[in-house]
Amino acid sequence: MDTLIEIVLIIWSWFPEWLQTVSINMVYIVAILIPLMACVAYLTFAERKLIGYMQVRVGPNRVGPRGWLQPIADSVKLLFKEIILPTNANKFLFIIAPILSIAPALAAWAVIPFTDTMVLANIDASLLYILALTSMGVYGVIVAGWASNSKYAFLGAMRSAAQIVAYEIAMGFALVGVLMAAGSINLMEIVTRQQGNILDWYMWPLLPLFIVYFISGVAETNRAPFDVAEGESEIVAGFHVEYSGMAFAVFFLAEYANMILIAALAAIMFLGGWHAPFAIAPFTWIPAFGWLFIKVCGLLFFFLWFRATFPRYRYDQIMRLGWKVLIPVTLVWIGVIGFAEFFTPYGYLFH
Amino acid sequence: MNIVKQYINTFLLLELWRGLLLTGRHMFARKVTIQYPDEYTPMSPRFRGLHALRRYPNGEERCIACKLCEAICPALAITIESEQREDGTRRTTRYDIDLTKCIFCGFCEEACPVDSIVETRIFEYHGEKRGDLYYTKEMLLAVGDKVEKQLAADRASDAKYR
Repeated sequence: MDTLIEIVLIIWSWFPEWLQTVSINMVYIVAILIPLMACVAYLTFAERKLIGYMQVRVGPNRVGPRGWLQPIADSVKLLFKEIILPTNANKFLFIIAPILSIAPALAAWAVIPFTDTMVLANIDASLLYILALTSMGVYGVIVAGWASNSKYAFLGAMRSAAQIVAYEIAMGFALVGVLMAAGSINLMEIVTRQQGNILDWYMWPLLPLFIVYFISGVAETNRAPFDVAEGESEIVAGFHVEYSGMAFAVFFLAEYANMILIAALAAIMFLGGWHAPFAIAPFTWIPAFGWLFIKVCGLLFFFLWFRATFPRYRYDQIMRLGWKVLIPVTLVWIGVIGFAEFFTPYGYLFH
Repeated sequence: MNIVKQYINTFLLLELWRGLLLTGRHMFARKVTIQYPDEYTPMSPRFRGLHALRRYPNGEERCIACKLCEAICPALAITIESEQREDGTRRTTRYDIDLTKCIFCGFCEEACPVDSIVETRIFEYHGEKRGDLYYTKEMLLAVGDKVEKQLAADRASDAKYR
């Protein structure tokens, strides 16, 4: 056994340095992505179960004990289905669109701090990196709608473009509030500033921003009640009507990975990340990562709860809410924070 | 004053919370799903499922080829041919129901003077190729023989309302 480890170590030392770094990072990436994909799979299951329960049904319960194998059956089905290329589609863009939409959703996880030591890349401008990548996601949707050469897909893509542009701004301003409070755009730093108990979380001083951020997050991921880009009752399935098999599944994965990402970001920036709500005995038994997981699950529950409750917004109402309500609310609150910081002695309330 | 109240309601998202609470309450409600292959809903004795031709207890088939069912069938799904037997009674030589045409209205059952053509409680049947759902006299009689007990019981329980 010892000799085996020695042999492996000797082979390892033969690797050039750059190859060692790359392979270690690859291992980290796999260690983040595989649990993430499992979470996505079981998030779809949780969604179907929860919405079923809220509609007084039982949801999927046929595959495996109580339906627990349903996501596996779904993914096997999608893997074996044919990917249909529409005759008049732009083939290159058609195939690259799902990749464009999932790549940012996965790449953003590189800077998410799971605990005070567990983070793939602890870069200084991680909040900026997140903002840049989450805005990239919309290109997948637009390119898919354009490349499909279908009216419905194109309508879905146009709606989605306008909506994401509107809500991106509100989201960005909500995060400006966070970085004013934390004085840093490093996610690690932002979480560290919220150390203490539940009252030290940014959720309280930045409550309006938290609500705006969460609402724009729901809009940003094209989830009900902001799912006009898909709008199955109006434009069939919106931007991904023409997609089938794994190409469709990739869009699906991207949507759910984005949901988890938004929930994780909200937990990190407003709910104190990996910190326990109270720094006393029964709460500290759960490890730091466990607290982040619990908070993310709680926020994801809201995503599903919204979908079970609210009817879809009309297009002009979405625009009104985005431009005339959410953006002014964030601007006012940023003003309040700035005023308190510089002209009153109460600036500490926001730290 | 009303406007102020309205603004407060809007910004506290009061109506949205009320909606969320409603669905939240329903999450814990008793589920109404009937898990079909394992559970069934109660079925009326007048249920109109797969057709059957009945026999008398002595084994003689009931149908006397009066062709009332054929005449009343709104979907023209029934085809009957008949002849006179040696004992002088008239019987069918052919009694076909095309179940792909049938609309399961139950008129044939109502029209039949001798309770011969009936609709059973069987509703889980299928055909795997074209023509599988074209039921001939032999098939209909076989269905009748299989569920005669249930058919007789259903007719008896319904008799007092007719």
